[in-house]
Amino acid sequence: MAGSTLKIQDLHVEIDGSEIIKGLDLEINGGEIHAIMGPNGTGKSTLASAIMGHPRYDITQGSVYLDGKDVLEMEVDERAHAGMFLAMQYPSEISGVTNSDFMRSAINSGREEGDEISLMKFIKKMDSKMDELEIDQSFSQRYLNEGFSGGEKKRNEILQLLMLEPRIAILDEIDSGLDIDALKVVSKGINSIKSPDFGCLIITHYQRLLNYITPDKVHVMMQGRVVKSGGAELAQRLEDEGYDWIKEELGIEDEKVGEQA
Amino acid sequence: MSVDTKWTYDENYVREYSQNRGEPEWLTEQRVTAIRLADELNLPKPEKTNIKTWNFTEFKHEPGELSAIDSVDELHEDVQKLIDRSTEEQNLIVFRDGKPIYRTGSDHLQEQGVLFLDIETAAREHSDLLKKYFMGSAVDVDEHRLTALHVALLNGGIFIYVPKNVTVESPLQTIYWQDDPEMGLFNHVIIAAEDNSEVTYLENYASFNREQSAAANIISEVYVGQNAKVSYGAVDHFEKGVTTYVNRRGRVERDGYLEWALGQMNEGNTVSDNTTVLQGDGSKADTKAVSIGRGDQSQNFWTDIIHYGKNSVGHILTHGVMKDHASSIFNGVTEIKHGGTKADGQQTERVLMLSERARGDANPILLIDEDDVTAGHAASVGRVDPMQMFYMMSRGISRTEAERLIIHGFLAPVVNELPIQAVKERLTEVIERKVY
Ligand SMILES: Nc1ncnc2c1ncn2[C@@H]1O[C@H](COP(=O)(O)OP(=O)(O)O)[C@@H](O)[C@H]1O
Ligand SMILES: [Mg+2]
Repeated sequence: MAGSTLKIQDLHVEIDGSEIIKGLDLEINGGEIHAIMGPNGTGKSTLASAIMGHPRYDITQGSVYLDGKDVLEMEVDERAHAGMFLAMQYPSEISGVTNSDFMRSAINSGREEGDEISLMKFIKKMDSKMDELEIDQSFSQRYLNEGFSGGEKKRNEILQLLMLEPRIAILDEIDSGLDIDALKVVSKGINSIKSPDFGCLIITHYQRLLNYITPDKVHVMMQGRVVKSGGAELAQRLEDEGYDWIKEELGIEDEKVGEQA
Repeated sequence: MSVDTKWTYDENYVREYSQNRGEPEWLTEQRVTAIRLADELNLPKPEKTNIKTWNFTEFKHEPGELSAIDSVDELHEDVQKLIDRSTEEQNLIVFRDGKPIYRTGSDHLQEQGVLFLDIETAAREHSDLLKKYFMGSAVDVDEHRLTALHVALLNGGIFIYVPKNVTVESPLQTIYWQDDPEMGLFNHVIIAAEDNSEVTYLENYASFNREQSAAANIISEVYVGQNAKVSYGAVDHFEKGVTTYVNRRGRVERDGYLEWALGQMNEGNTVSDNTTVLQGDGSKADTKAVSIGRGDQSQNFWTDIIHYGKNSVGHILTHGVMKDHASSIFNGVTEIKHGGTKADGQQTERVLMLSERARGDANPILLIDEDDVTAGHAASVGRVDPMQMFYMMSRGISRTEAERLIIHGFLAPVVNELPIQAVKERLTEVIERKVY
């Protein structure tokens, strides 16, 4: 089966009555890697969270479809079952629940009753993915993200990505706080699941991650919209010249949302 | 006392009851004094919970004919689940309505001079030793009406004595099973751990009848000698009809260590007092307690550590989950007395509210008479964090399952402390049942 398609059209998102995303269009197909870049405060995390169904965001206009199915009608867990995944910029800490128990519940939630993954198979898979990401074995018995360093949290998000094998993944600032070695490991992990069945949206405000993962398309976000799109070369130009030339080109004074009024 | 119910227990009754059990005279006399006191004294007044209308006085005091059993298979199936059948080395006594009906124990205990006996036998065979500890410095008969009633009507319990320098390797386990739904349990637990000794004790209170009304009145006394260590685990799970007064007290001498892990899962109204006195310098207590309130039950928990010793360390961790209309008051108390210099008293109370209609109060109380100490407290009453929920659901986990994981995680600090795997699993099951 070919990959999935996530289609976002004219999306408007509000939080506490103020509009953060102001009409955004984006289409991601299986086999493609997209990058959204943009300075802080331009609405990138809002976009990612809203697509996944974060309860605090109101979608006031527009649509999100996954293979023709209305994502906005789905509960958060249904979106995951439909094949979506969000690596969060700030993952929650959950005390008393081990990484391993959490992962097993997550995997089994997508399976029929009676068809749960066997404990042996699960452990084997988790061990091999942890090895791949150079994560210590003790990790699986630690409580979910509790007391994890920034870097450990990011690796854990990628571990979950590799375990759950979604069809469309959104990775929100997966590179922030990582040193260069960790960045390489995480990139390797992401590259390992590249396939025609896997579509990915990488959100970042640095270009450096894109040295390791080559995007097919790069979008620049400002003021809650995609203001410019291009290929991998766009990311390179942003790295070399920053964002000012885009602001000049488009006549944008302040790229942040909600502060231009 | 205003007698508003038929009260059939008087001096003559307790005297005769005591004599029929073949008790030593000192115990008979203590019972007689206690029943007089019960007449004069008032009920305790737990902070913010009105217990005046609770049933502490209507119950059956003596069980019918009970005979000992030879095999675990003859026990109620839920009682069987509390027993870890995978290990050989097992020290276990099962009580049914106050009477010991089943026991297994290693001969090794006897060789070590350890006593692990039902209190009735202990009173007959080790009268002097029992007398030394029974209603000793940890608890007074005249604290209120319920302590007095307890002594007067005591009808079950255990006496554990660990001599100096003895380490008891495998845990001592008791199961107090209320089988007759009208039976009142007046259960008394004594653990006397002499200097440099070490013991782990685990108790389970259980009943399975939801309808009839009865009372449980429980007192535990734990004496931890110098440099001794006692780990005390408990899973309370009386059904709805049982009104419980449970008082677990400890006293720790120099460099001794007392550890409590209490799973307080009763379904009925409950008043709990858990107070540890850190008497000796360098003594330590670590108290962990979890509870779940559901239906319309009302519970009051008093968890107290009193520091007298220099450099004494007392930590309290209480986690409560509240559902339905239930109401629970969690009082965490740290007292540091004059002379307790360099003492360290810390406490945390956390309440997780699952219902708008439930009530959960966390009251940290610090009573510090000494300057040179460290003391701290943290208390919170909150709901399931929507961010945690979003995070878990974004991985495909349903709302119900996410909530279940969060609750188990919230109660894990105590569940994980319980020393016997079978009991840990049982507590997990009880939690499961209470929450869903
Ligand atoms: N919880 C919130 N309450 C109010 N405003 C918010 C909240 N979260 C984000 N915003 C607004 O949305 C803007 C975009 O935030 P965000 O999506 O996190 O940006 P980015 O991920 O691009 O840094 C912020 O600058 C802020 O003005
Ligand atoms: Mg962000």
